[in-house]
Amino acid sequence: MPLAIPVSNLDHTWGNSKAAIELVEYGDFQCPHCGRAYPLVKELKYTFKDSIKLVFRHFPLTRVHPQAMAAAVAAEAAAVQDKFWEMHDMLFDNQAYLNIESLLSYAETIGLDIAKFTDDLQDSSLHDKVENDFMGGMRSGVNGTPTFFVNGERYEGSWEGDNLARYIEEQFGVKQ
Amino acid sequence: MLSPGTTAPDFELFSGPKEKMTLTQWKGKRVILVFYPADWSPVCGDQLALYNEVNNYFKNLNAQVIGISVDGKWCHTSYREQRNLDFPLLADFEPKGKVSKAYGVYNDQEGQSERALFVLDEDGVIQWSYLSDRGVNPGADGIMSALEKMEKEKTI
Repeated sequence: MPLAIPVSNLDHTWGNSKAAIELVEYGDFQCPHCGRAYPLVKELKYTFKDSIKLVFRHFPLTRVHPQAMAAAVAAEAAAVQDKFWEMHDMLFDNQAYLNIESLLSYAETIGLDIAKFTDDLQDSSLHDKVENDFMGGMRSGVNGTPTFFVNGERYEGSWEGDNLARYIEEQFGVKQ
Repeated sequence: MLSPGTTAPDFELFSGPKEKMTLTQWKGKRVILVFYPADWSPVCGDQLALYNEVNNYFKNLNAQVIGISVDGKWCHTSYREQRNLDFPLLADFEPKGKVSKAYGVYNDQEGQSERALFVLDEDGVIQWSYLSDRGVNPGADGIMSALEKMEKEKTI
């Protein structure tokens, strides 16, 4: 199934914008599987360097993960200050601690303007952005997290170990 | 498996330790029947967690989700509690699989329901159905599309 909403400048992207490989992850900061996928995805940056662009979209399952929505909004609030990926990494590095005090301390660690960050946490448009990601994911057939799309097509294989890296290498003939 | 255009067979099944639920009691609402193999198995969990999450969107489209498996009522009760599920789970337990069989989605070899979805209109007529691979979570997209199509046709 293809991505219902193509990647645009509304997305949080990392890496070369013209890269041949575009990897979209639908993830949830409180999801343990996403936590396990996080270092593997991070490694892809170093493996494929300029050949890859990473995109993260929110898919919080808030009834199973009660802190997932607040964490997603915190990442959006960090994005307002151009520090989405710094917060993304903080949240996955400290997945067991996602209460509001923790979120504030991460904001401080990555050097955010705390007053602005606290204000933005209440901004309903950031909440809406997370929900839009979720709906877009749902319409793309995302049924759990993490779900990956490589160049707009859903990746059906296992993401564990080096499976995803090997798949990308085979698809694009890029040397690791 | 029953196809669209068919009136969905009525049933009466336990929805809790003492409560029973029929299909006809939902007349006037759209109903999403979710047949699944078993409580606690990992794929079902994700599938039901997803429907729980999308439940508000379903509700806005006048639709009620109902899960059905051959698990007993006490198993369903504890599963619903543990997963915070907002919708009922019905026990197709005695005679085992009777309702699943009536809908053509019972697997004799496994002794479980298949993973199948039915979307019924306000009069209990099947408008959309889908049989998934047992190990694959079918997601919510097909259900949403079916409900939106019904909504559009209603307004015409």
